[in-house]
Amino acid sequence: MLNTKSIFHTLIALSAILVLGSCEQRDTKTVVQGDAASMAYVAPGEYDEFYCFMSGGYSGQVTVYGLPSGRLFKEIPVFSQYPENGYGYSEETKPMFNTSYGMVPWDDSHHIELSQTDGEFDGRWLFVNGNNTPRIARIDLTTFETVEILEIPDVAGLHCAPFITENSEYLVSGTRFSVPIPQQDVPIDSYKENFVGLINYVKLDQETGEMSLDFQIEMPGYNYDLARNGKGKSHGWSFLTTYNSEQAHTLLEVNASQKDKDLLAIINWKKAAEYMEAGKFTERTTSYYHNTVDHSTGIASSEEMKTTRILNPKDCPDMVYFIPVPKSPHGCDVNPTGEYIVGNGKLSADMTVYSFDKLMKAIENKDFTGDIDGIPVINYESGVHGILKKPGLGPLHTEFDGKGFAYTTFFISSEVVKWNVEKLEIVDRQSTFYSPGHLVIPGGETKKPYGKYLVAMNKITKDRFLPTGPELCHSAQLFDISGDKMKLILDFPTKAEPHYAQAIPASKIQPNSVKYFKIEDNKHPYAALGEAKARVEREGKDVHVYMTAIRSHLAPDNIEGIKMGDKVYFHLTNLEQDWDVPHGFAVQGANNAELLVMPGQTRTLLWEPFKPGVFAFYCTDFCSALHQEMSGYVRVSPADSDVKLMWGLNNENKDEETLREMMK
Amino acid sequence: MKRSQRLPRILMILAVVLLGGIFLFPLWQINLEAAQFPGGLDLNIWINRISGADGDDSIIQNINILNHYIGMQFIEPDSIPELKYFSYVAYAMMALGVLMAIINNKWGYGIWFLIMAILSVLAVYDFYLWLYDYGHNLDPMAPIKIEGMTFMPPLFGEKDLLNFYVKSYPQLGTIFMGLSIVGGFFAFWTKPKKVRS
Repeated sequence: MLNTKSIFHTLIALSAILVLGSCEQRDTKTVVQGDAASMAYVAPGEYDEFYCFMSGGYSGQVTVYGLPSGRLFKEIPVFSQYPENGYGYSEETKPMFNTSYGMVPWDDSHHIELSQTDGEFDGRWLFVNGNNTPRIARIDLTTFETVEILEIPDVAGLHCAPFITENSEYLVSGTRFSVPIPQQDVPIDSYKENFVGLINYVKLDQETGEMSLDFQIEMPGYNYDLARNGKGKSHGWSFLTTYNSEQAHTLLEVNASQKDKDLLAIINWKKAAEYMEAGKFTERTTSYYHNTVDHSTGIASSEEMKTTRILNPKDCPDMVYFIPVPKSPHGCDVNPTGEYIVGNGKLSADMTVYSFDKLMKAIENKDFTGDIDGIPVINYESGVHGILKKPGLGPLHTEFDGKGFAYTTFFISSEVVKWNVEKLEIVDRQSTFYSPGHLVIPGGETKKPYGKYLVAMNKITKDRFLPTGPELCHSAQLFDISGDKMKLILDFPTKAEPHYAQAIPASKIQPNSVKYFKIEDNKHPYAALGEAKARVEREGKDVHVYMTAIRSHLAPDNIEGIKMGDKVYFHLTNLEQDWDVPHGFAVQGANNAELLVMPGQTRTLLWEPFKPGVFAFYCTDFCSALHQEMSGYVRVSPADSDVKLMWGLNNENKDEETLREMMK
Repeated sequence: MKRSQRLPRILMILAVVLLGGIFLFPLWQINLEAAQFPGGLDLNIWINRISGADGDDSIIQNINILNHYIGMQFIEPDSIPELKYFSYVAYAMMALGVLMAIINNKWGYGIWFLIMAILSVLAVYDFYLWLYDYGHNLDPMAPIKIEGMTFMPPLFGEKDLLNFYVKSYPQLGTIFMGLSIVGGFFAFWTKPKKVRS
């Protein structure tokens, strides 16, 4: 058995050889060929062929790019507050951040998952995980807005998430860190006795996409890293990589890198669903939050859930299996036919490809080498289709082109390698700049990949762009993969740190994109559906301003009678019914954020006056030629003042007397 | 001989049916083109309503928002009486047409044709008056005032109005109405003065 030092030396020596050996290819100028620019060029006024959704990593958000242009269209706020439009600050969206840990206004988003029908992207919803506070969010792809966030209880670091089944039945996820369950005050070095891992199955409503935690499977205390579900013949099975099967709790870079092989968990989720039906689960008291946006009001609400249902492999035979996988794997990826499962052992020199048929046969023949906590371990040789020898160093993630080829990123040797899955032959390799993590091919994890482009998401940028001080943008690289050889055609910067992305033909999303919200469908309790309904109501210390916005004024735009100690709720309804006419709202002294309100929508900003005086408010989105005039004043008086509540527009002032008339 | 006896009556019935076409198609369309409005804004004027392009329910609000900058009064279909009573006039003319076909008299057809022709001219003149009023009767408090400029859209044809290029042309409804009038005329034309028994 090699010790750690010698492995390190070998790796360094191997990388040195690869770097030196491919010295000439390393120069971009020789890599990029003549017509590359035109291949990534989308002329003014023309559209990109694909939408590409990238996770934001430490930004906690999702970004939307066009392919092949690499143009950034939008950042969708998901797990982090976004003062730019008031997400997480407005009264409507604050509940999205409720968790069993309280209000957590940030996260680390990693993996994008688009909804599927029959193993193909259907363009309905996008799911993404929050790594730190274990959460999964759903984005509605007609509005590009986050509409639901579900917390996953009793896990720590929901890295291994969310992975969808071929008809969007389930999202599978696994814990990155095993922890004591339920949480308890124990010595850290009691890891082996006390720490447990959970694999979670979230069920999706087929009509609405709404998530619910169906069950959790109690697993040995390893680190669960990435997963994929089977498709076609392997539909009904999940495959999850583990690392730290050493069960180390300190200096993991060394202590979790000792065994030559870690484990691939193989789960028969259809069987698990049967056990659920049969009542083989135990219920555990816990706490997790489910936050959903009401479609008709746009208001998010939180529900605390108090129980979770657990399946234990010891009580549920034929549900979970392990098979050894090369050292410290990252991704495990299933090819479009569902037959081959690629294990990307990031510290291994070879890549293992498993055969689903062989795995099934081994299970049938009980070809096991032993068991771990009642989970049978399949004999490695029996499940393997073959080994891809010395493809590169540090394989992380593989996607497919639908023509029999796989494309794998190699972090250490900084390249993408194209190889034949059936024959296990390397066909092409291209350098990336530098050190790619994940890669994406449009539809590359589905039954029907669109094998035209490949984007490598590089972890290291260095000299690729003009420098911006010590903190640099991340760098993505677009390859044309329609021919035999991959062709680098574009470098483009990305926001924050995309860990994974998925791309889908624009035709599956563009026709369904909402242009504005119909005002007659707005059921927000504080909406003012028409300028005549604009008003101010006092309820004790709470003052509700029912304000409307239409080009180019806010109504009311003069408000008096606000007193120190009041809580003023500005409920702004955008009355516009036209495409691309949002209005903004900003008021001096707002300690939270501004608002951006879409046509037909109502959004609320809480403002607590901080001193007597007259304060300006205005529209922040350049809406029209007279946008600069779209403003108003709110007067704040001392708490004991007798200034009457009054509001108006264009010198037509109203007070509580007129309000009573209005309400009649 | 028999065929030519039946022809005027058939033409009259045909004229009534064609007149029904004004309920199926807009009479006129004003199209406003500007850089910010890809495809332009369509304002379709029907016998009894005003509409936008397919699926655009908010055209009147959107045009009113644009127009208020120049002080143009709001287009409020509920306060345009013609949109209510023009339909009744059309129904009355269809009923009268059927009556004339039953009577089957040359002068009956002639009168129907004449009333229709006069009504059409009056309707176009009325439309012109509305356009004139919208274009000239501007709010003196308007944010945008241009000395000597009025904003009347063309009755027929094309014109530059500030950032908009405005096109105004009759639509299928008017064509049906025109054909109906022609039908009425030929009923009159083909009908002999007297038919001896």
